[in-house]
Amino acid sequence: MSAIDYSQKIPNNVNLNSDRVLQRALEQWQPNFLSWWGDMGPEGSHQHDVYLRTATSAEPSGWAHFDYVKMPDYRWGIFLSPQVQDRKIHFGEHMGEDVWQEVPGEHRANLRRIIVTQGDTEPASVEQQRHLGLTAPSLYDLRNLFQINVEEGRHLWAMVYLLHRYFGRDGREEADALLQRRSGQEDNPRILGAFNEQTPDWLAFFMFTYFTDRDGKFQLCALAESSFDPLARTTKFMLTEEAHHMFVGESGVSRVIARTCELMKKHNVEAPDQVRALGAIDLQTIQRYLNFHYSVTLDLFGADQSSNAATFYNTGLKGRYEETKRGDDHLLKDRGYKILNVVDGKLVEKEVPMLNALNEVLRDDFIKDSEAGVGRWNKVIEKAGLPFRLTVPHKAFNRQIGTLSGVRIAPDGRPVSQEEWNAKASEWMPTAADRAYVASLMGRVVEPGQYANWISAPLSGINKQPLDIPYVRFN
Amino acid sequence: MSATPDILKQHLIDPVICIRCNTCEETCPVDAITHDSRNYVVDPDICNGCNACISPCPTGSIDNWRNVVRVKAYSLDEQLGWDELPQEQEIEGAETATTSPTGGGSGGADETTFTPPPVDAARGSTVPPKSAPRPVVNSHTLKQPAVATVTGNFRVTELGRDYDTHHIVLDFGSSPFPVLEGQSIGIIPPGTDAHGRPHHARQYSIASPRDGERPKYNNLSLTVKRVTSDHAGNPVRGVASNYVCDLQKGDQVKVIGPFGSSFLMADDPKANLLMICTGTGSAPMRAMTERRRRLRKDGDGKLMLFFGARTKEDLPYFGPLMNLPKDFIDIHLAFSRKEGQAKTYVQDLMRERASDVAALLTNDATHIYVCGLKGMEDGVMDALRFIADQHGIAWKELHPRMKAEGRLHLETY
Repeated sequence: MSAIDYSQKIPNNVNLNSDRVLQRALEQWQPNFLSWWGDMGPEGSHQHDVYLRTATSAEPSGWAHFDYVKMPDYRWGIFLSPQVQDRKIHFGEHMGEDVWQEVPGEHRANLRRIIVTQGDTEPASVEQQRHLGLTAPSLYDLRNLFQINVEEGRHLWAMVYLLHRYFGRDGREEADALLQRRSGQEDNPRILGAFNEQTPDWLAFFMFTYFTDRDGKFQLCALAESSFDPLARTTKFMLTEEAHHMFVGESGVSRVIARTCELMKKHNVEAPDQVRALGAIDLQTIQRYLNFHYSVTLDLFGADQSSNAATFYNTGLKGRYEETKRGDDHLLKDRGYKILNVVDGKLVEKEVPMLNALNEVLRDDFIKDSEAGVGRWNKVIEKAGLPFRLTVPHKAFNRQIGTLSGVRIAPDGRPVSQEEWNAKASEWMPTAADRAYVASLMGRVVEPGQYANWISAPLSGINKQPLDIPYVRFN
Repeated sequence: MSATPDILKQHLIDPVICIRCNTCEETCPVDAITHDSRNYVVDPDICNGCNACISPCPTGSIDNWRNVVRVKAYSLDEQLGWDELPQEQEIEGAETATTSPTGGGSGGADETTFTPPPVDAARGSTVPPKSAPRPVVNSHTLKQPAVATVTGNFRVTELGRDYDTHHIVLDFGSSPFPVLEGQSIGIIPPGTDAHGRPHHARQYSIASPRDGERPKYNNLSLTVKRVTSDHAGNPVRGVASNYVCDLQKGDQVKVIGPFGSSFLMADDPKANLLMICTGTGSAPMRAMTERRRRLRKDGDGKLMLFFGARTKEDLPYFGPLMNLPKDFIDIHLAFSRKEGQAKTYVQDLMRERASDVAALLTNDATHIYVCGLKGMEDGVMDALRFIADQHGIAWKELHPRMKAEGRLHLETY
């Protein structure tokens, strides 16, 4: 069963109407979700017709259907990737056994925690981005923002389905709480730190979707390996949607860089204030934004040594990125892994059991993936013939979680004193003045095919459409 | 005859736009896509042009095609070294005829308004039957369509009914347009839409065998239903279907294609054909049946047809079908709106004839073809599994095997 049943109140490919109790529970949650969307979804957007992608089947042939939709009418639903027959657990102490179709009692608490933590990030990012629509640099970008928002909403549905279907009353309560926490709210914040930060401008949004949604990708990839089959199938389908979010980030930053370089060449200027005088974002400011978002995202992977991570792996709840493609024994009992430690104010490598370092393993995979994209941004600068290059800061830079928290490390990996940190912080991370400058550029562009001065046009339209169609129609 | 180089429409990924998200590699049913730390690339020796990767790609970088001489296709090593795609090269001695990996892309630069046939790549075969001849595909594109002359237009459902289905015969005169049973063509309606853009090409399955509706003439036939309402039942006049159904003898029509390189008839006369269709999904079944009828001899494989329509009167070709010899083809008609009778669908009749279907399933010469409305696919697949289970056939094992051997073909819309 893979086609999605759109005749149902809640579109799904999980045969929801065969389980009346579950169906009723979710139908009771649905109006609460819609009310949350009404309050916390993109501001002032509810009447817009948006050119959106909706899945009509979880298989490649029916994956992307495009049409104009009012976002409150978007068909949020429950879609799992097709079940793989006879799938076996392929890592940890249960390796070789059949995957679980129900939650084993002994793993219930851990699985619930994993699902709730993942689920909490989805509405959080919608809340973080809810004002951005008012300053979109083009209709194309506005549409991309909204596509991300509705899909984060759908990812929330994906997690809520698991909570309702497999975790009984606790699950229903957790599902309600997902709609009650609010990003940045002091008395009831979202679970993870980075999801309580503001996304104040579009450069921050592009950096967020490039780096922070990439954390999402790696977490989802690790969960797609899970022995709990419904979680694996859910996250597998979510990954297909997540790819669009990273596309928005990578191409967004790339277009900002392209525009800056274009103006720098045209007017033959290099100094940041000259670039700003042209209404573009100087490459140095882009580097500072990069440093900030990158380091904050690295913290999302958790402590560098974690017995929870070891337990999650051993028990088969969460694998590594591309677990199946790795050639080792998938038990990792005798393996070590090098993590960074601080000794006498200096960074030194220290070998620890790999099982305890799995957060670090996933973080290092993320770093490799992130660096490759930054390399592609540099190609844009190189092509323009400019000497500037963006770099990814050292992984110990500006960390708040784990062994490296509180240690002062420069972007190049050099330990620095608190004084030097204080003196240089404004060169390394965006200052209030940087943010104010970027914010001053943010003005809404609503003419089809037109783009704000600080960003170049994309290379191609959505779904092969031309660039100048009204991707959003205001009503 | 001068030798024309074998042209491949090579599938490539644009490294400038690609974000290396791995979605295509994850999606590809035949593992044709791979990557290194720099680029994602498509192996021209493996890619079969099934297009499963196209719509999940978030960037559009996946949808790039270059015509190359097959033996000089860009290798994986070359692709891995690219910073950008190479320019399209002129190919010396090449005619318009190109063969795509097998099924063609969702479009080269000149095909932006045409969508290829919907093949269910997840459940059905993406490779043709072993004995199918190699098809010609995409010999005519939007830039260089073939022009065919209408030599016949007959109504094949009863007059005065909701359903108005026509049998159209097109003649290509002296320009070659070789097709195989199971392939389809695109027709470009003349004029422009409300926005002043040319109309999209519409795809229709060919209803005649490879040697023509009228043997030895360069012609083919189509089965086209006049569209008078949309999926939601609202009245709408289908641009292309009305154009085609209203064609007069002597009219000229712009044709592109042919398309399709996996949903093809097994050429081995010993092959059993299990055909399941609804409505105009009967077109390829008619083509295959007619091919087998023309070549019929003792000892041929079996033909079994399950054909669904609302009523007898709505069933295209009802009369001619009934005239086929019973020992040539085993026909079962399912009517979902027959007065005074419970609704019957093709899958219901398949269950009724479970033992005969099971006998075909156990035979390695059996090829299954399903064509028609999307809604039938789940029911048919369930029925097949049910019948297999009932007869002790391991469907879990048989299904992927038939799929891999090009013996299970699904084309629904």
